Amino acid sequence: MSSTPSDALIRISDVKHAYRTDAGPLPVLDGFSVEVPEGAFTAVVGPSGCGKSTLTRLIAGLLFPDEGDVILHGEKVTSPRNTVGMAFQNPVLLEWRTILDNVCLPLEIVPNDLSRKQRNDRGYELLAMVGLQGFEDKKPSELSGGMRQRASLCRALAHRPDVLILDEPFGALDAFTREDLWQIMHELRHNEAFTCLLITHDLRESVFLADQVVVMSGRPAKTQYVLDVPFGRERVLDDLYTPEATQMLLDLRHQIQVAQGRPLEELEHEPGDPEPGAGEPGS
Amino acid sequence: MSSKQRFATPIIALVIFALLWEFLVWINDWPNYVMASPSDLGPAFYKFRWLFLEFGWDTLWRTVAGLMLAIAFGVVVGMIMGFSRTMREALYPLLVGFNAIPKATVVPVVALLLVGQHNLNTVLLAFMISFFPITVSISIGLSTLEPEYRDILLSLGASRLTIFRKIALPKTLPEFFGALKVAVTLAFIGTNLMEIVEPHGRGLGHLFDSGKISADYPLMFAVLIALAVMGIGLYYVVVILEKIFAGWAERQES
Repeated sequence: MSSTPSDALIRISDVKHAYRTDAGPLPVLDGFSVEVPEGAFTAVVGPSGCGKSTLTRLIAGLLFPDEGDVILHGEKVTSPRNTVGMAFQNPVLLEWRTILDNVCLPLEIVPNDLSRKQRNDRGYELLAMVGLQGFEDKKPSELSGGMRQRASLCRALAHRPDVLILDEPFGALDAFTREDLWQIMHELRHNEAFTCLLITHDLRESVFLADQVVVMSGRPAKTQYVLDVPFGRERVLDDLYTPEATQMLLDLRHQIQVAQGRPLEELEHEPGDPEPGAGEPGS
Repeated sequence: MSSKQRFATPIIALVIFALLWEFLVWINDWPNYVMASPSDLGPAFYKFRWLFLEFGWDTLWRTVAGLMLAIAFGVVVGMIMGFSRTMREALYPLLVGFNAIPKATVVPVVALLLVGQHNLNTVLLAFMISFFPITVSISIGLSTLEPEYRDILLSLGASRLTIFRKIALPKTLPEFFGALKVAVTLAFIGTNLMEIVEPHGRGLGHLFDSGKISADYPLMFAVLIALAVMGIGLYYVVVILEKIFAGWAERQES
């Protein structure tokens, strides 16, 4: 999936960012670039502490780069934009609100002329999409971790954002719940129009969900490697067990090792082979 | 536990407590100037029933007024400290230092400062002794708000005020009510300290003092019991308010 700069909805070019600390500036991003075409799904992976969360805050307009540009829709980000939706590892649902009221929260803040009923209908629609129908009036404490995370995804999408930023949203879930949520992510993508940037440390997740996987180098992070995932939009978990998926995962694994500054132990695998097997997309 | 049981349990505990007390006085054969027994209290209450009502009301409204002041002050200062790290660092030592001063020593200072203003200085003492837990709970509640909560709303373009109203305030309520329960009992101590140490001729503290002067020991005990009953009453008012406004924080019994 190649893209010219003009059709990229999220364009981050040569971004540099440092945190001020008592011991002097701590650079976290240095020369990081990524482009996400409209409607595409990009995953960003990298060793821990490499500035992945800084990246989400830059796109959300909660933080501004020291150098370089963060551009959404061809416009430089200078303040938070309410066309962005966010979800984190911690679902941060408001415990005193029902699930429905939690999901509808963005509609209370983003200016719109929806009636109370229309807002609620939007909430019902999203909750049904993620399989939470019947839980609208429950409190977050009555739901399991996976269900809370689904509600959190619904909230991120309530105001129909065109950009969805996911910061390790499935990181705290058990393996099977996580796989359920991957499937739900595909369904949401099928029903809602958004361009997604997913931060994750799970390589299988990145390959299963994304059209493009970007590997960040160790801190200060720059773009180290970009992998295009040749699968189509319709994916099943079995696709992850095909030889081409395995080859992609191995490539990513090696790139992470490089990012971590560790030597590759299996040199016979020809590290850094940039092109994964050019087979047909899995079905 | 059924609601009938929940109501009966504390009452049964009270009756057992009174019986044990009566038994202890009886077995030791204590005269009532050593320890009055529960059976002495009835006559004492009856004898001074109008004074109990009048002075009880004095003590109650002064305590509640002091509490209101403590809530207003505690919420405002707690918000300032919760949102500004600099203010937190600046104000904490002052607050802790003030709280460490025994309030009995403050009584003459306040009494001299506001000489003659009996109601005002009693209310002030109730306030001084009870604002600390409220201030600390609000400031901690606000300063420990997970950044993701803030980010969710900030990224949508919400104002600081909206974030406070929609998230910070409701999220702090359980801590606030926890502190208020402590503050209620403290405020009674403050009111009575002023009423006893600097007698103004009003309030249950004064009634206690006159019991002491006239060697009416059952009266002194009756005052203590009246204070305890008022404390329990006000405490449950807070519990009810907590259920209404922060009931979501209560874990379901399983």
